Amino acid sequence: MKLENSRRDFIKTSALVTGGLMTSPFVLPGAYAAPANELKLALIGCGGRGTGAAFQAMETGHNIKLVAMADAFRDRLDNSYNALVGKYGAEKIAVSEDMKLTGFDAYKQAIAEADVVILATPPGFRPIHFEEAVKQGKQVFMEKPVAVDAAGIRKVLAAAEEAKAKKLNVVVGLQRHYQANYIETIDRIHNGDIGEIINGQVYWNDGGVWVRERQPGQTEMEYQMRNWYYFNWLCGDHINEQHVHNIDIANWVKQGYPVKAEGTGGRLVRTGKENGEIFDHHVLTFTYEDGSVIHSECRHFPGAQNRVDESFQGTKGTAYLSAGNHGVLKDWKGNVLYEHDRKNQPNPYQVEHDKLWAALFNGEYKFADAENAAKSTMTAIMGRYATYSGKPLTWDEALNGQVDLMPETFAWDAMPKVLPGDDGYYPHAVPGKTKVI
Amino acid sequence: MTLKYLAASALMLMSFDVSDAAFEAYTQTIPGTEVSFGMTPIPAGTFSMGSEKHEDAQPVHPVKIDAFWMGTHEVTWDAFEMFLDKNYELAISEGPIEDQVDGLTRPSIPYLDMTFGMGKEGKPAIGMTQYGAIQYCYWLYLKTGIFYRLPTEAEWEYAARAGSETEYFFGTDASQMNEYAWTQENAEETTHSIGQKKANPWGLYDIYGNVLEWTSDQYDPAYYGVSPDENPTNPSTELYPRVVRGGSYDTPAAEISSSKRYVTTADWKRIDPQIPKSQWWFPEAPFLGMRLVRPLDPPSEEEILAYYEAKPITDY
Repeated sequence: MKLENSRRDFIKTSALVTGGLMTSPFVLPGAYAAPANELKLALIGCGGRGTGAAFQAMETGHNIKLVAMADAFRDRLDNSYNALVGKYGAEKIAVSEDMKLTGFDAYKQAIAEADVVILATPPGFRPIHFEEAVKQGKQVFMEKPVAVDAAGIRKVLAAAEEAKAKKLNVVVGLQRHYQANYIETIDRIHNGDIGEIINGQVYWNDGGVWVRERQPGQTEMEYQMRNWYYFNWLCGDHINEQHVHNIDIANWVKQGYPVKAEGTGGRLVRTGKENGEIFDHHVLTFTYEDGSVIHSECRHFPGAQNRVDESFQGTKGTAYLSAGNHGVLKDWKGNVLYEHDRKNQPNPYQVEHDKLWAALFNGEYKFADAENAAKSTMTAIMGRYATYSGKPLTWDEALNGQVDLMPETFAWDAMPKVLPGDDGYYPHAVPGKTKVI
Repeated sequence: MTLKYLAASALMLMSFDVSDAAFEAYTQTIPGTEVSFGMTPIPAGTFSMGSEKHEDAQPVHPVKIDAFWMGTHEVTWDAFEMFLDKNYELAISEGPIEDQVDGLTRPSIPYLDMTFGMGKEGKPAIGMTQYGAIQYCYWLYLKTGIFYRLPTEAEWEYAARAGSETEYFFGTDASQMNEYAWTQENAEETTHSIGQKKANPWGLYDIYGNVLEWTSDQYDPAYYGVSPDENPTNPSTELYPRVVRGGSYDTPAAEISSSKRYVTTADWKRIDPQIPKSQWWFPEAPFLGMRLVRPLDPPSEEEILAYYEAKPITDY
């Protein structure tokens, strides 16, 4: 067993809002320590994104063995297993029949089997899954957002502290932090190239997402789990599930989190029984500690013009960023100060795994994404609180919110807290009336 | 050959070959909506397919093509988006959606912004897979009863050439490309509204540039050596590579011509975060669109349904 004892200097990584992180050794649970020869992976949440993350882990080329899979639904698990084993073979995808774990508690045993876990269920479950993974001392890749309400955020923040103490690497799928145009451009913003940022606009305006039709014989719990996007205890609304990406960029650029949110939103064009309880639009202003304001907009309006990007205005110039590898800084006369080369850029979904797994196999502690991810998720949740209630609220009020959206009991015959009325429609928030905290 | 002569010969061809009086340009309205698109008659004829300039476009060989209509323009978001979303179709239609259309499999609504910030109205629909393009044709068939499909590679080249044997339908002077096409040189990295540039001699707009256009063919660099000489088609059996044609706003003008073959690549789905990857979308191909064809003499209903109901290949 070889352990590295010397503490290295703080490194400054632009992938972290909070600045430096210590690069120092961690001890992998089990019989070996860094550098590892082989690492065992468990996949918790075997939908399209979880399976995609498992592919990306395998694509790093390291000696990774998938040893356990967990999902609420066996059909989702089987599809994922078949895709993985078809591509990488049974030696790498070494998931025996008794390690194909299903149901609400499947995560616990799956986590126990592995050195590293991918947490990719609907976000409502993330706090309890992350908490358990950290408790068991596992390295973590988890998807955004990391919670759906303040109660969940507080759990994640506590587990994030514990992960740091245990030197567990945590990478979160806010993959823009691993995308060169964002890293390069925001570094320059932080260097003062366009002065102090006093204003910004972040957008996720598109047509919406999938619906899965109610099937005969489904319990209400199964229906909601299959249609997790439309229920806040599972998804946190689209402001949380998608727009967290753009809101997180605002926080990254501002190097902080808003102290106040106020806004408006509702259900205007997507109002069916199949659309659960979430809104189809949210418009917000987030005020930061220095008084600067970020305008945030997200909507699911089919047919309307789309926009998913971020703009910022500084005292000396402007910035434009998008997931399509834009990164442009201009001065107020329109001169281009910096423009990111958009061609042939690496896939950020792959980069985040390349970096994580390289660190894991080197026995390095390099990534602590959970705290920022929790606070950016909290920013989105605060936005939802503001639009649902129709009232401004502060960061502290939001973070201390006591409304817990999770069901009392997790079972297929148990009832979620939000249920359809006799007419089949779900109740939804009414600004001015709804209590959110 | 001068442009004037080309245009004249094209007209002659048309008048010579068109026996059916109904074989003329028409506007297809999507029933129940105000959205419509133009279809342009492409007369039957024989042309020299391929080019000495491109290694994979040889040998240059004679090909006989039956008559068909071709979309005057690339398919726009205005029309394509109704197919994407049943609720949207319902919202802008004057009546309910017919049962058979209601039951059609529609695309998963893309997780990403598939306009890539380039806008919608009047602009070409982009980033769809060949499967998605064909399913759009199926949707149109259910709406209109007319067999719309993708062009074969040969049909596309024949229509783009519009009677010319030169590298470009406008001759050999590449500097004229700016008058006919949105290319890397003049497009400023974005798609443009259809029909802003001059049409080709047979009346097709943006046949070069703006967006690459789907064909129904698998890409085989050696295909021209074995291709049948009447209505050749090389149906897709593998996901990649397949043939797309015409170049895009992202293609240098010097690389665009009637004979140039472009191919699809798995990389266009590289950043799709889901596995299996979408059957419907290429999140890294904002330069890819489609144009419709309607054969003058449609096949049997059985053949039509076989074309539409071909199963997609799972993409990992």
